[in-house]
Amino acid sequence: MATIAISRSATTAPRAITRATGESPVVRWTLTALALGFLALTLVLPLALVFHEALAKGFAAYLAAIREPDALSAAKLTLLIASIAVPINLVFGVAAAWCVSKFEFPGKHLLITLIDLPFAVSPVISGMIFVLLFGMHGWFGPWLFDHDIKIIFAVPGMVLATTFVTAPFIARELIPLMQEQGTEEEEAAIVLGAGGWQTFWRVTLPNIKWGLLYGLILCNARAMGEFGAVSVVSGHIRGETNTLPLHVEILYNEYAFAASFAVASVLTLLALVTLTLKTLVEWQQRRQTAELAEDPSSPERIAA
Amino acid sequence: MSIQVRHLRKAFGDFVALDDVSLDVPGGELVALLGPSGSGKTTLLRIIAGLEPADQGTILFHGEDATAQPVRERQVGFVFQHYALFRHMSVFENIAFGLRVRPKAVRPSDAEIRETVMGLLKLVQLDVLAKRRPSELSGGQRQRVALARALAVKPKVLLLDEPFGALDAKVRKELRRWLRRLHEEVHVTSVFVTHDQEEALEVADRVVIMNEGQVEQSGTPEEVYESPATPFVYGFLGDVNLFHGRIDHGRVSIGEGELEAPEWADARDQAGVAYVRTYDVQLHPSPTINGSLEGVVRHVRAFGPVVRIEVDLVEGGRTIEAHLPRDQFDRLSLAKGQRIYVSPTNVRVFARKEG
Repeated sequence: MATIAISRSATTAPRAITRATGESPVVRWTLTALALGFLALTLVLPLALVFHEALAKGFAAYLAAIREPDALSAAKLTLLIASIAVPINLVFGVAAAWCVSKFEFPGKHLLITLIDLPFAVSPVISGMIFVLLFGMHGWFGPWLFDHDIKIIFAVPGMVLATTFVTAPFIARELIPLMQEQGTEEEEAAIVLGAGGWQTFWRVTLPNIKWGLLYGLILCNARAMGEFGAVSVVSGHIRGETNTLPLHVEILYNEYAFAASFAVASVLTLLALVTLTLKTLVEWQQRRQTAELAEDPSSPERIAA
Repeated sequence: MSIQVRHLRKAFGDFVALDDVSLDVPGGELVALLGPSGSGKTTLLRIIAGLEPADQGTILFHGEDATAQPVRERQVGFVFQHYALFRHMSVFENIAFGLRVRPKAVRPSDAEIRETVMGLLKLVQLDVLAKRRPSELSGGQRQRVALARALAVKPKVLLLDEPFGALDAKVRKELRRWLRRLHEEVHVTSVFVTHDQEEALEVADRVVIMNEGQVEQSGTPEEVYESPATPFVYGFLGDVNLFHGRIDHGRVSIGEGELEAPEWADARDQAGVAYVRTYDVQLHPSPTINGSLEGVVRHVRAFGPVVRIEVDLVEGGRTIEAHLPRDQFDRLSLAKGQRIYVSPTNVRVFARKEG
């Protein structure tokens, strides 16, 4: 017995078995340090800087910068634009995902590509499109002028630009999800006597709710933070067509650094809230997919 | 309620899924649509349900034209291959769904819904699982929930698409016996799709065999098995040996050997295929008077009550399969490499297009 034990330890002791993909400690630590350093420099430092600069002249000055009438009106406008653009994209996104994933029709792939267009073009170009369409020298400009309708350098144009830029978020999130889920549950509901709306509210929507919420959060974050496209169509009229991101720029250009960073910190806080919400929703979504994966009727299990 | 299908045609692009299909399902019967994949059986089922429109043809429910009727008004129960249970609802809510979505005027009260659902859960022997989610059930349990859900709306017709297709062999056997008993209890006109001949022959009152968008034969399991109408049915149901040869004056010549084919007495040197079931192949240690083919035993699988023997024919180099009862096998005391004489009985000959 004893001899056996000794011989075994003698053969295994000199070489610790490492995983084939394992690296030496030096490489591991260097890579980790590099990654962390990069992260600190590009993500954590700017974040800290925003709050540091915002509070550079004290908390009172910070509050004053946020409460200043132009800042408040910018915040109001930002909320207004988001509250119009996000619901429009909610309806558009669900409708587009629904028709792409539940029906077969010619031109489907073209539609999927078109949905991505706002992501593909630079936001500045997106803004320019609307100026070219509705501006004084644009296609519809003279007609709009005759009827006294103002779109460019006014709120409607900013809503349009924001809606355009944020259009893909919800549809993009829902299309793969709904394609994966297929149409069987909807068919089952219809055979059981459910109408179109009943099927949507009782079967489709509950199945996509987490994906939808995720898309909504991202869409909202972008709608509030959009700069390029909105900047082109806004005209930068203080207290009228300034959103928070534009206001930050104006303040900065006027060397009002503390105020500029104070307003920026509001947007940053918004981003942090968005990230938290996003993580929560992702977690919920993963739980749901895990449930789905246990489902022995899911296609992968059948194939195996 | 009876179902009549008249001259149904359906194409998906260039692919013709159904080509002039007509079919009668008498009320209260359990009918199997049997065929290989791509034969159009699922398409036919979906058109009967109203999930798919037909290009041409009519569907009659109890003699009334239902072709243009929307799905939700057809009062059919449909059981999907992958169950299609509502994943976010409990078992109870899944079954109650069909009752809850009814217009207010005809919607049962909560108490009535509860009674119906619990009754159905008892029927499918799942009453203890009412509060579970579909993801917490086994495949067999899910299929039973799907059936209960379809039955909850008191359908006039029950349609099942490969109901046991996604289950393992043992659960499958149990469930199909259970489906048979259930059908005897509720007695609703039922049509189920399957590619498993054993399933169709064991469960159904009537089997409809489909191939390439057409009905090859329809009849009781005995009829289709004992007297197949077409070469396809012969090949599809049960194990069969094929002999290619020429038919002349009521005899089929296969190489040196010959088979009797009295029904082809008028044939003159025509190409033909003879079909012989594996259990209709007789083996003899010496040549017989009425024509036998010489062969060599290639392989013997001697487990279970039926012994399967492969024989290489000397003439033409073909291999045929014979299934012998064990006692007969023991009497012959066959071994690999042994010379043997094969005489097929109950031969069915079909003419073959010369080409």
